[in-house]
Amino acid sequence: MTRVDVAVVGGGPAGLNAALAAADAGASVLLIDRQPRLGGQLVKQTHRFFGSRAQFAGTRGFEIGRLLAKRAEAHPDIAIWLDATVIGCYSDSVLMVDTGSGLAKVHADRLVMATGAAERPLAFVNNDLPGIYGAGAVQTLMNLHGVLPGRRAVMVGAGNIGLIISYQLLQAGVRVAAILEAAPAVGGYLVHAAKVARAGIPILTSHTVLAAQGDDAVAGVRVARLSPDWQPVPGSEFEIACDLVCLAVGLSPLVELAALAGCELLHIAELGGFVPWRDSDMQTSVPGVYVAGDAAGVEEASSAMVSGRLAGLAAANSLRAAGDFAGQRQECQRQLAGLRAGPAGEKMRRGLAKMGLAAAGGDGIA
Amino acid sequence: MRITEHPILDFGNPRMVQFTFEGRCLEGVEGEPIAAALHAAGIRLLRHSPGGRPRGLFCAIGNCSSCYMVVDGVPNVRTCVEPLRQGMVVCRQHGHGDLP
Repeated sequence: MTRVDVAVVGGGPAGLNAALAAADAGASVLLIDRQPRLGGQLVKQTHRFFGSRAQFAGTRGFEIGRLLAKRAEAHPDIAIWLDATVIGCYSDSVLMVDTGSGLAKVHADRLVMATGAAERPLAFVNNDLPGIYGAGAVQTLMNLHGVLPGRRAVMVGAGNIGLIISYQLLQAGVRVAAILEAAPAVGGYLVHAAKVARAGIPILTSHTVLAAQGDDAVAGVRVARLSPDWQPVPGSEFEIACDLVCLAVGLSPLVELAALAGCELLHIAELGGFVPWRDSDMQTSVPGVYVAGDAAGVEEASSAMVSGRLAGLAAANSLRAAGDFAGQRQECQRQLAGLRAGPAGEKMRRGLAKMGLAAAGGDGIA
Repeated sequence: MRITEHPILDFGNPRMVQFTFEGRCLEGVEGEPIAAALHAAGIRLLRHSPGGRPRGLFCAIGNCSSCYMVVDGVPNVRTCVEPLRQGMVVCRQHGHGDLP
């Protein structure tokens, strides 16, 4: 059995920061990821990040992923298992890990779950046809593997993911026929919406897809305008020819491991669905089990990095008091409050309030 | 369809390997997901569901099971994450697949 102070499950922006923070605070760390490489979904993000310098603003996502992975690989107190999936979690602090070549047991005094989120499907006729993808899948094909999934796309969803990936489709040489958004207004940042609008992509708000057409693969979509009460307006239907449909209609936290660990789960729509209850230090209802990043509530990579750092710090500090824990915790909470300020953070603030937390993820600050 | 020119990314000069799909000889990049190699060859129909519906790639991160295929005789292989190797025998899966 492998013994460590802190096991971190998930090597994306949250997990990498959790591992680094815990190891810097003196803990021995095992970082486990089911993919063959570290970085999580950062590996396919080609756009420059916002936020502040502490969150690598101005750097492209995949470069942030490489930088963090290099730091983790070079850290003497971080062991890394890739192609490894946690399939069991027991109350005596033991994890069962499928390593590809067999099963391994890990005893970890603290567990940080940074398992991320999964893309949501959307219900419409023929939504299972080949050529209809989660928008992130298209991003993986294009930006990681250099493969085009189609020639002419319809994007469903004008949040940040839908807007950014529409632009990335253009960069890869794919035509984007339209971006459909069921809500009456664009959900993403204006800077992204302006970029795709300048490129000539129509953004159709109050529109949704009713059905996909095609036999063995998608050949088009039937679209309708929506009334203020979200019902298709009779007579408003039309068709758009396309060989690619991207669904960018939100994400749900991956909480299977939290359920397995016995963590109390709450359904909070603003956070993306079921999320583990947690305190201001990212600790769940099970003592010693922490959650970070999108698994704690769907947000974006910058805040995932900070919440990961906070979880790693708190986990390590609960084993052996780290010198300036209070100061570092306060700095994390200050950054989180900053990222969640303004209108873009309103939904997150509402979601956290339902959990009894302030925007900083703390209970008094912000 | 592979991206040959990109304003930000450089896909380098990858090592190509040969594999078969439904008996056809195809080429792909060593280590890329099997489904990526098939997409590059224009193949997006990966299996038929137990109800006979055509299915393709959906999540590309090993989450959703839409891309199950029979690889070297083994059914239910997640081809969106399974790395391509020289000489692989890849077939469309029909229904639940039979264990070898």
